[in-house]
Amino acid sequence: MMREIKNVPCPFCGCLCDDGVVIVDDNKIIGTRNLCRIGHQKFAHAQKGRFETPQIRKNGKLEPVSLDEAFDKSAQILANAERPLLYGWCSTSAEAIQIGCELAEACGGIIDCTATLCHGPSLLAIQDQGAPSCTLGEVMNRADLVIYWGCNPMHAHPRHMSRYSVFPRGLFRKRGRRSRTIIVVDPRRTDTAKLADLHIQIAPGSDHMLVHTFREIINSYDVTHETVAGIPADAIRETIEAMGQHQWAVLFFGMGLTQQMGKDRNIDVAIKFIHEFNKYIGTKTVLMPMRGHYNVAGSNVTICAETGHPFAVDFSRGYPRYHPGETTAMDVLYRGEVDAMLNIAANPGTSFSNRALAHLAKIPLINIEPHNQQSMQISDVVIPPAIVGVECDGTAYRMDNIPIKMKKIVDPPENSMPDTVILGEILKRVKEYV
Amino acid sequence: MEFILSTGRSIWQGEGIEAGCDSELYFDACARVEMDPDDMERLGLKENDAVKVKTRYGEVVVYAKTSTQAPHRGLIFMPFGTWANVVVQPSTECTGMPNCKCIPATTEKTDERVLGAHEAIKIYYADGEWGKRAEELKSYYDIH
Ligand code: SF4
Repeated sequence: MMREIKNVPCPFCGCLCDDGVVIVDDNKIIGTRNLCRIGHQKFAHAQKGRFETPQIRKNGKLEPVSLDEAFDKSAQILANAERPLLYGWCSTSAEAIQIGCELAEACGGIIDCTATLCHGPSLLAIQDQGAPSCTLGEVMNRADLVIYWGCNPMHAHPRHMSRYSVFPRGLFRKRGRRSRTIIVVDPRRTDTAKLADLHIQIAPGSDHMLVHTFREIINSYDVTHETVAGIPADAIRETIEAMGQHQWAVLFFGMGLTQQMGKDRNIDVAIKFIHEFNKYIGTKTVLMPMRGHYNVAGSNVTICAETGHPFAVDFSRGYPRYHPGETTAMDVLYRGEVDAMLNIAANPGTSFSNRALAHLAKIPLINIEPHNQQSMQISDVVIPPAIVGVECDGTAYRMDNIPIKMKKIVDPPENSMPDTVILGEILKRVKEYV
Repeated sequence: MEFILSTGRSIWQGEGIEAGCDSELYFDACARVEMDPDDMERLGLKENDAVKVKTRYGEVVVYAKTSTQAPHRGLIFMPFGTWANVVVQPSTECTGMPNCKCIPATTEKTDERVLGAHEAIKIYYADGEWGKRAEELKSYYDIH
């Protein structure tokens, strides 16, 4: 029988659009409405190409085994490892992450989430400076100036502009798009930039310089150079002046700031700029990182609630230790320190940099993943889970740290259990082994 | 020719990854380098020519495409994924984040084949090809 399930949160990006409609026929997803093409693909593909049973690598080949054997083998690997790494967590529920923290403690390992590869530097900067932020609802109701810096929401968060920031009508912004000004800072003329009122096409890698120049102007210093970051100084002055004409501004920033030289320092100056803008110009200004996966914000919130630190938490001394650069996933892999890894709800095959992957290929990898992704080539144990937000429920946090309840739409395949159950089973066995 | 390489997301990459890492969609979306039309012309490249993108950290063969986000002369863009990660700068400067943007790179036309996603992981990492080349480049131990 065909059913339409309404108000389904989309388990893909940090926008967590919760107005999706999924059409289900006899436990099969046959269509969606309201979602963007990525969200649609997430649901359309969820049930295809799934692993039917857990697998273990024997003589160089992955072979089907029983669930029991897979849990046992995973627990052995984690319990025997000197410095295991538990990585991923961005596309699973907060409840599963809680158990993950317990598991990391039980095996004396490191728990790190994918934030380490997206907004890790932003978190470092926010810890340093403290950042004024808000919820997306406030942006919708109040913002009359929206700045996208180093991000391309038309591609990475396709409904961000239409649902929260640019196009919707809000309480104080009755005319929708026409009551807002959009500024985009990006070295490419991206699809987002094409929709903007002003596109600052900055020279690649000079974001830090440009923000500093903004700060100079606000603090009434003279800009002595004729061009900064490829932009004429006069244009920069005019931009600041135009920004000051607004009542409520929001700065959304993305990987353009966090993934280039300077990293957390780029965000540091951006936050300082916001503080000074608030102080001297009188436009109420806030900023918000554009979080990538739907629960990457939740992984920070949950790990922080459990251990006191947002990511890269090391339990090797029996108590939680946090030291970015030392205990972050990329660094421990880069230096070849870890001797086993558990990957859950992430895709190291597409996201890890070369040297980290080269080390990962040498160590045992337990992969809790429903589909055949690239890292299967180097996995030693594969356990297929039920997909959160499609086949089981749980809590996820939107990019503004608002918790949203994920829905169960269809039943999972036989042998695929929720992440919470899988991790619970592994945890039980690890406690026996260590 | 010398360029600045940036990696990042694209909507097709997002769609491809959800359609499955072994899907055509993903291969099309990610095994590519997007270039400014003027730069393509200067290099004498046509759409879908195989090019080798080389940085200090590795080299990878992908298809050249005319950027839809042009103009961005002197900048080349690779969607975040298996191929881009072969050539990014892996060290993190004590932040946990590798440098994925603004990396000096060169591109040249090549006859070599573009590897599939699974194949690339197997050849570069499981078989150790990336390590071997990085050692040849003498950069494996002094990558900063
Ligand atoms: S914008 Fe993000 S959360 Fe919304 S439908 Fe698209 S992928 Fe899903």
